[in-house]
Amino acid sequence: MKSKHKFPLHPMSKPIDGAMGKTGTWSTFKPVFDDKKCIKCGICEIFCAENCVVRDENGYPDFLLDYCKGCGVCEVECPTGAIEMVKK
Amino acid sequence: MPEVVIVTGNQAAAYGAKLSQVEVISAYPITPQTGVIEQISDFIAEGSYNPEFIRVESEHSVLAVCLGASLAGARTYTATSANGLLYAAEILHWSGNARVPIVMAIINRGITAGWNIWADQTDSLSQRDSGWMQVYCEDAQEIVDATIMGYKVAENKKVLLPMMACIDAFYVSHTFEPITVHDQDLVDDYLPPYQREHTVLDYDDPMTFGNIVDPNYYIEFKALTHKAMENAKKVIGEADEEFKKQFGYSYGGLVEKYRLEDAEIIYVGLGSICGNIKEAVDLARQNGINVGLLRLRFMRPFPFETIRQEFKNASHVVVLDKDISLGMSGIVHSEVLSALYSNGSSGDAPIVKGFFTGLGGRDVTIKEIYRMIDITLKEKESGLGLESWIGLREDELPEDYFSK
Repeated sequence: MKSKHKFPLHPMSKPIDGAMGKTGTWSTFKPVFDDKKCIKCGICEIFCAENCVVRDENGYPDFLLDYCKGCGVCEVECPTGAIEMVKK
Repeated sequence: MPEVVIVTGNQAAAYGAKLSQVEVISAYPITPQTGVIEQISDFIAEGSYNPEFIRVESEHSVLAVCLGASLAGARTYTATSANGLLYAAEILHWSGNARVPIVMAIINRGITAGWNIWADQTDSLSQRDSGWMQVYCEDAQEIVDATIMGYKVAENKKVLLPMMACIDAFYVSHTFEPITVHDQDLVDDYLPPYQREHTVLDYDDPMTFGNIVDPNYYIEFKALTHKAMENAKKVIGEADEEFKKQFGYSYGGLVEKYRLEDAEIIYVGLGSICGNIKEAVDLARQNGINVGLLRLRFMRPFPFETIRQEFKNASHVVVLDKDISLGMSGIVHSEVLSALYSNGSSGDAPIVKGFFTGLGGRDVTIKEIYRMIDITLKEKESGLGLESWIGLREDELPEDYFSK
């Protein structure tokens, strides 16, 4: 039986968002953000291991929950307590 | 006209890389391999060869460089020994399964502990499941030719697998021998430049390699690599025949058959020790014993079918292992047994006797090899666990070694 698509010779891909699918489904906790406490320091963006904190046009963090694995490093590192991890 | 030069086996390996017009070389020095990269450095210093030579801090990085360069489309080369090879073991398996046609010279050497720099094939044989083809060379000329033929086979689209071209430490690596340095034009004609078509280095259209492969696809990738090994058996034979047309001589492909016609007793060995085995065969023939040698040039892919065919009429097989699989037997011994004793074929299979010989560089004499015939003929049983030691210094061993 022949495959309908061409099977690659070895593992390879073109880089795209979420080549492994929506890894955010793996998480138990998600970050909840309070913009009143946020000082726009960007520490959460720097520390996020999955690059799923991006800044919006006003400089506030925006969390890409499709790929957030819920590790909580942003909550720990946030100097003003603006991020809280809550059970999904 | 081809030039004849008198060089060591290590230098011969470097000539093989130069003649193959390798584009990227990365290597880290280790005794007894250092002479290979010294000679390559000499070529670069004198201006006769200009590959990209990338210096790194370890063998692990060496193979990572070769893997990346090969994926980007360059012909790549390296050389190492024993502990260096094992330090690179992670990338060894990685590159075997990433289907990159690197050729790597292995100067076979003992593995620690005890610290040993002398000839022993356990290093590369222990890595036989890594997806690399393995060719074992008998002398300096063969490492030149196996390197050129190595790229011919490795870069074939039906194969695309890396290859180790192995020589024994000191017996070959540091022994001076005359070698023929083939005309570059003839080599270029035999081995055209490497063209990797399915992966390319393009900043505007990047690719990712080494992706996660979950259980839905992992088996399929392994099946593809395994099939490539199977394909290599035929491609190795074709590359050998084509080599003969181009250069006037060849090696026999997967195996070299020495006086095998009508042989009732057949030696099996790899590498430089086969020179001594051939002398023992000639001696036995003079004494009216029908003996031959099957020199396993390739251990991967393993010449399963050839072994079955050639051992059909043999009564006894004598396997020399310059390696040991601790707790089992010699590695070559168990592989030969598995070729003979599967599919319920053991009925008329010969008695297969294994010998541990010359581990860690202990010399093995023609007389000792000849004596293996007598020991084998006296052996009634066959099978695993019946390995005999040759040259074991029993007087040096503690008493409890001999207790039951």
